[in-house]
Amino acid sequence: MMSELFVKRVLPVVTVVMAIIAIWYASAVFMNAPFERDRAARADKTITFSEIVPLTMNQDRPVLPTPHQVVTEIWKTTVEKKVTSKRSLIYHAWITLSATLAGFVMGTLLGIVLAIAIVHSKVMDKSMMPWVITSQTIPILAIAPMIIVVLNSVGITGLFPKAVISTYLSFFPVAVGMVKGLRSPEIMHLDLMKTYSASPSQVFWMLRLPSAIPYLFASMKVAIAISLVGAIVGELPTGAVAGLGARLLAGSYYGQTVQIWSALISAAALAAILVAIVSLLGTWVNKRMGRRPEAA
Amino acid sequence: MSGLSIFIFSLVFWATAWWLNTRLARITPRDDTIRRLINLAIPVLFGAALLILWEGITRGFDVPLVILPAPSVILERFVNSTDILWADFQQTYLKAVIAGYVMGCGSGFIVAILVDRSPFFKAGLMPVGNLMSALPIIGIAPIMVMWFGFDWQSKAAVVVAMTFFPMLVNTVAGLQTTGAMERDLMRTYAASPTQMLLKLRLPMAMPFIFNALKINSTLALIGAIVAEFFGTPTVGMGFRISAEVGRLNMDMVWAEIFVAALAGSLSYGALALAERRVTFWHASNRNRAT
Repeated sequence: MMSELFVKRVLPVVTVVMAIIAIWYASAVFMNAPFERDRAARADKTITFSEIVPLTMNQDRPVLPTPHQVVTEIWKTTVEKKVTSKRSLIYHAWITLSATLAGFVMGTLLGIVLAIAIVHSKVMDKSMMPWVITSQTIPILAIAPMIIVVLNSVGITGLFPKAVISTYLSFFPVAVGMVKGLRSPEIMHLDLMKTYSASPSQVFWMLRLPSAIPYLFASMKVAIAISLVGAIVGELPTGAVAGLGARLLAGSYYGQTVQIWSALISAAALAAILVAIVSLLGTWVNKRMGRRPEAA
Repeated sequence: MSGLSIFIFSLVFWATAWWLNTRLARITPRDDTIRRLINLAIPVLFGAALLILWEGITRGFDVPLVILPAPSVILERFVNSTDILWADFQQTYLKAVIAGYVMGCGSGFIVAILVDRSPFFKAGLMPVGNLMSALPIIGIAPIMVMWFGFDWQSKAAVVVAMTFFPMLVNTVAGLQTTGAMERDLMRTYAASPTQMLLKLRLPMAMPFIFNALKINSTLALIGAIVAEFFGTPTVGMGFRISAEVGRLNMDMVWAEIFVAALAGSLSYGALALAERRVTFWHASNRNRAT
């Protein structure tokens, strides 16, 4: 049983990940080699390929840092630095994370409220729904710098403007998913509730909401990933001093490629962890509610 | 008209529109054309009421231009600076977005077809691809700007990276949707794997592929605009937005956002139309028979 799971699931993934790392190393050699050749040419030395390879692995400002350089940088800036230090990645990640979570919570609540209104009122449905869908086709992130500056000009700074961007991004998937979910009970079940002479609020609490929960968690997975993107992009235009987005921007100003890559990898790890938490929570809640785990 | 009366007028208009909409929503005519007209009129009326309320609030309370310009001011700016907006649109949309979108979706599609042949690779690549579609790929923008320079090529590279994984994951998922019955039927016709792919599995995958194309059309525009925050030649929608925000020219920023919204909605609409033509057999299209 275990070995079958290993062969069918784990082994392919490990192979692909190993292949990616191998390609990464190969491209690092390829992309960093010209710099070493230039340096050798300037020193009037000829340099063989076997001499170049180890040199490309540990440049100060490589075109493409190697995986072990990124890992060392992350290790140095998380474990070896104090959490309160401005150079600690944990400190920056926390700044971004707090904005992400604040935005995610606000966005989810807003999305749920909107979905409830849309499901229960025909006017809301007919007038709002087309606009909710249209707004998804608009590159919302483009307004991120404006939100930051506008809120700055009224004296609101720090966490809130970034959270607003995350809210704005995350409420769409939740609203659309919840509308679908609240409408998912079958006519039979709704009719049954009617024969019990259930009030609209009873139908909502006892039938609609429970059947919408799986949809809610599916959309929350999308919403939390997009909240993180919103928080990171929200840190770009103001020249924010803290946060993963600020690390990216500072790294690109000063050509610190290792710093950019380590910020990028930590952002990716953060996203993966957040999605995993929401997904685990979803499985747990669904199980508690007596729903059988789905295959997908 | 004084500011206050403009505000009161817009409020009255909004209330009237709302009341009209409640009446309209209750009507359920037999005739299809009238029903469709009503279904179109309600959101249009809602949007117009919102715009007029926006105009009324900004004028009525003299909201400073920096916080929120009135729609009429934005429209005026849009009409007066079409040449700048067109140059930005050309740089960002016609060059970076289209090139990146075609390359990203195309390579995602090709890799999906190749991967489909090997169950081992599929099992390995799918979890990685699913993870990658959830990651903030937009963060590679500064790296791409370093590698490919300030011009549109670096933005196209960001777009390629952003659109590749959704396309890959959706196409692979779409190719798996064929049922055992249909495959058996094809086998009784002695169909070769290529015929099976072209005549059965690809058409079945089309709804998934169009889903990816639609997601990607928005992602591509976002990627190109955000990548321009990291450095551009002095033209482009993202550049203009960040530069004009710095100079507090909010009407120009809003005009640029209007262009982005227009481009995004139009390309989405075009894809939706194409989808209806290609997947006319799908359940979601069959139901709204003309």
